[in-house]
Amino acid sequence: MKILTGNDLGTGDVIWWAGDGWSRQVGESVDVGDRGDEMARAEEAALRVVAPYVIDATVTDEGVRPAHIKDRIRALGPTVRPDLTLKPNDADAGNWVI
Amino acid sequence: MYRYDSYDQSIVDARVEEFRDQVQRRLAGQLTEDQFKPLRLMNGLYLQLHAYMLRVAIPYGTLSAKQMRKLGEIARKYDKGYGHFTTRTNLQYNWIKLADAPDILAELATVEMHAIQTSGNCIRNISSDQYAGVAADEVTDPRPWAELLRQWSTFHPEFTYLPRKFKIAVIAAEEDRAAMRLHDIGLKLISRDGQIGAEVYAGGGMGRTPMVAPLINEFVTEDEIVPYLEACLRVYNRYGRRDNKYKARIKILVHELGVEEYKRQVEEEFAHMRTLGLNPPREELARIRPFFANPAYEQGLSEDIDRSDPAFALWVDRQVAAHKQPGYAIVNISLKPRGGIPGDASAEQIELVADLAERYSLDELRVTHAQNLVLPHVKKADLYVIWQKLDEAGLAEANLDLIGDIIACPGLDYCSLANARSIPLAQKLSERFADAGRQKELGELKVKISGCINACGHHHAGHIGVLGVDRKGVENFQLSLGGSGAQDAAVGQITGPGFSEDGVVDAIEKVTDLYLAERQEGERFLDTYRRLGMKPFKEAIYG
Repeated sequence: MKILTGNDLGTGDVIWWAGDGWSRQVGESVDVGDRGDEMARAEEAALRVVAPYVIDATVTDEGVRPAHIKDRIRALGPTVRPDLTLKPNDADAGNWVI
Repeated sequence: MYRYDSYDQSIVDARVEEFRDQVQRRLAGQLTEDQFKPLRLMNGLYLQLHAYMLRVAIPYGTLSAKQMRKLGEIARKYDKGYGHFTTRTNLQYNWIKLADAPDILAELATVEMHAIQTSGNCIRNISSDQYAGVAADEVTDPRPWAELLRQWSTFHPEFTYLPRKFKIAVIAAEEDRAAMRLHDIGLKLISRDGQIGAEVYAGGGMGRTPMVAPLINEFVTEDEIVPYLEACLRVYNRYGRRDNKYKARIKILVHELGVEEYKRQVEEEFAHMRTLGLNPPREELARIRPFFANPAYEQGLSEDIDRSDPAFALWVDRQVAAHKQPGYAIVNISLKPRGGIPGDASAEQIELVADLAERYSLDELRVTHAQNLVLPHVKKADLYVIWQKLDEAGLAEANLDLIGDIIACPGLDYCSLANARSIPLAQKLSERFADAGRQKELGELKVKISGCINACGHHHAGHIGVLGVDRKGVENFQLSLGGSGAQDAAVGQITGPGFSEDGVVDAIEKVTDLYLAERQEGERFLDTYRRLGMKPFKEAIYG
């Protein structure tokens, strides 16, 4: 599947296109098919995202999984600071990115 | 320490207000990201993996307690309670909101700080020796020169859009503690017949094409250092490869032209410059110098250090360096705790070090390119109480220049350019070699890790260097041996095929085992490697 990601213009937070808006959770990403680039331009023009881009992802038992490790780290947060990731209570959350 | 005059303060304040307006226009949609990006980068604001990152300049690595305290306050107020000291002696905040950036810069300006020259193709923050002004082996304090170059380079209209970024280091001691020859231009101040001048090195650097800078002038008099650098920059600005980002650094120009031809062109330009009367006025250097005069040292202090506490004695032996003033010492504070993140410091730790600097180090501290901190003026009688306070804050690791004192860039955990994570590898190595006795047995051994070819972790200059690469979406690590950023500067050589994260930790252990087995009396790892060459190490690693 193709999913759309970028950073929130104001906060810089990593965000994922969830169909009816942006989400902080990669698991809420939806397949944008071949409309990703067009949507990215429109959302950037509307000041809802900065530096958007389309990536490959798969759906696994654990949910949506970006194809590249860089985007998995973006989805989770810094693996060396579990307390600052989206799973602050899971000390082993970093294993998900590998 | 240098203090801003009204001109310094006014240009920094004006820049803050200019950027405030630019941010407002960006948030209002009046500037696109393409328009805004170069403006934010000129103010040190990057967009990284998880958020905006602000890189704050710490000119020549020197800070007052008040400035350090402000850095801690910003970490707590605007970030997530910590900062990261970098290999260019700057500080990075990882979690900045765009709307907050102008307020942060305004707060920095109140303590004479900014984020200018921390990005873009300009002359970057000038770096120097962390022992400047206190080292026994220096011919003069290099910081007045570093400050003069800061003033010369800030908003220099001709050098704001160079072919690529440009890094300058200034040292004045035989021991190179600033990786001077791995800079675009390195200055080593020397004394000749009682006159101060500089050896000028040009065309060094790390990145994807590492080079040790060759000497291009054996002695430039102090009056002519700035115009000589102006000539060096002019030739580079004219002929540097603007067509190819990867060949745009001065090192490529010097290499392609040849040292002699580059030098000839610089001399030609320099001869022209001499006719223009552009030398900075001597009065400016004379105005700057007193800011770096010796502080009011106490006289007649005791040289004794009570070493009855063994843990303290171990720390003194490793972290405390000789000071030029009797009764005083230089304290190195490790930001490399066992299993920790190299260069990271919490707001509380930053504020503690500020307090220690204010109370025990004549209000001054330094940041090193090895991502550590220094209290430069400590009475020997105060060492024990300082150690106790550092120990309580987790800052009393005794590993300066040992295998646990690892340089690591932020890597793929934070950086959008990175291909692999540097920090987890540094943590695993730190754990593997955690035993203090083992570290001491290994002696000086500088491990440096970069998460991509841009080499912010100085891996080329590591006695043992590691470069993280992306192999079809999987992290892989190349090992190199024999690099040095010191006065014996050298670029490390790659051992062979890369490793997984665990694999490279094992490989490094094999390298150190061979070193221990083969070293001769008094040899550091680097000495043994240079004597034996790569072959036996390669055999030990790959069988």
